Amino acid sequence: MKYAYFPGCSLESTARSFDLSTRAVCRELGIALEEIPEWTCCGSTPAHASSDSLSVALPTLNLQKAQAAGLPVMVACASCYARLRIANHRISSDPEDRRRAERITGRTYDGGVEVRHVLDVLVNHLGLDAIRAKVRRPLAGLRVACYYGCLLTRPPEIVAFDDAEHPSSMDALAAAAGAEPVEWPFKTECCGAGLSMTNSGVVARLAHKLLSMARASGADCLAVACPLCHVNLDLRQADAAKAHGAFQPTPVLYVTQLLGLALGLPPENLGIDALTVGFAGGKP
Amino acid sequence: MNDTIPWNDDGLLDEVRRRSGTEVGACFQCHKCSTGCPVGPDMDFLPSQIMRLVHLGAEDEVLGSRAIWLCASCEACTARCPMAIDIAGVMDALRIMAIDRRIALPSARGKQFNRCFLGSVRRHGRVYEMGMMTAYKLRTFDLLTDVDKVPQMLSQGRLALLPNRSGDVGQVREVFRRAEEED
Repeated sequence: MKYAYFPGCSLESTARSFDLSTRAVCRELGIALEEIPEWTCCGSTPAHASSDSLSVALPTLNLQKAQAAGLPVMVACASCYARLRIANHRISSDPEDRRRAERITGRTYDGGVEVRHVLDVLVNHLGLDAIRAKVRRPLAGLRVACYYGCLLTRPPEIVAFDDAEHPSSMDALAAAAGAEPVEWPFKTECCGAGLSMTNSGVVARLAHKLLSMARASGADCLAVACPLCHVNLDLRQADAAKAHGAFQPTPVLYVTQLLGLALGLPPENLGIDALTVGFAGGKP
Repeated sequence: MNDTIPWNDDGLLDEVRRRSGTEVGACFQCHKCSTGCPVGPDMDFLPSQIMRLVHLGAEDEVLGSRAIWLCASCEACTARCPMAIDIAGVMDALRIMAIDRRIALPSARGKQFNRCFLGSVRRHGRVYEMGMMTAYKLRTFDLLTDVDKVPQMLSQGRLALLPNRSGDVGQVREVFRRAEEED
């Protein structure tokens, strides 16, 4: 099992622990990753909010490299994942979009490279049985609210590997790691995403709503699979409590960090020490 | 919002339809988008009101709204619209039109953020978060927000001090240049 790996810009900086834990977990589970050589930014929301042609062309540069390498792509960041999938969709379904992307990048591309999110690869390609067989330290008694946010499941006709309104793949993965996923209502409600810098007051309101609901639903911690979800819920957690009322501090981990702990990997190899709200390793 | 907004047949609906590639005219005001919008409470016009204002050709209200800059592109509206309108795509088209016509709100910090972000991509091929955030703060005079988080982020390795430039930054610059010609 081998993928061309697209880390994305956040994973070199604010989401470094997502990168560390993704690589560590894949190594442990026998998923070979070959980083896309000299990969470049997908453009994210600033590109699609500024120029339609740029928003398709920037991801295409990376998809062309994966096609040259003959590998399917695995992405960790939920935003990069959506942008790469959307570029594929546009190019393979609209000949004019394809011609424009080829003119702008100066290379051909048919939209045919498979793009999968790390969660999809773990649950649907590798499979839960293979993961269960490797779990050495089950996260027994840990109650996890799995938070999918926006772009892992939307828009559903383009990024779908799970149900758009009631996804369950992360819950299944948490259960395979020995944890107890809790039922809660805000699995796919947005955290404010890119408003993090521009409208941090809005993000504080949304983060407060999500974190207090997770707590009220009995969760000890949250699992996420997106760098912006992590910034908004972990780094900005104290701001949310200050603006909208205190709640019990709640660790927010990348799902790959939780899985890595269950696989028996050392916390320092998973970036557990880089959380704002610390996580003791078991039930807090 | 005024009680009545006169219908202005100046082609706004056609332009939004063309730029967004979605049938915005199909909206029948069920308000499902507004009900599920996480930032609805912060908007001056709800997403369904924006759709109606587009129908009515109310260009100044739409392009000068706070709503188009508060949209977080979470796509809940697009996923749920019973008429399959890509409402988040309409918001993108409106932001681009607002910038083209130079009538975006000065307080719309999303505009400055997007500019700083894409400037960083053009310069390095990847976003250099530290540089991008500094540029954004200088541009918006918002110097103090989040500064308290920087020491922790640095000590935890969550903020890279130096850019990690892609070796293919030249390709990215070429893509920016050609995309500007196409737009």
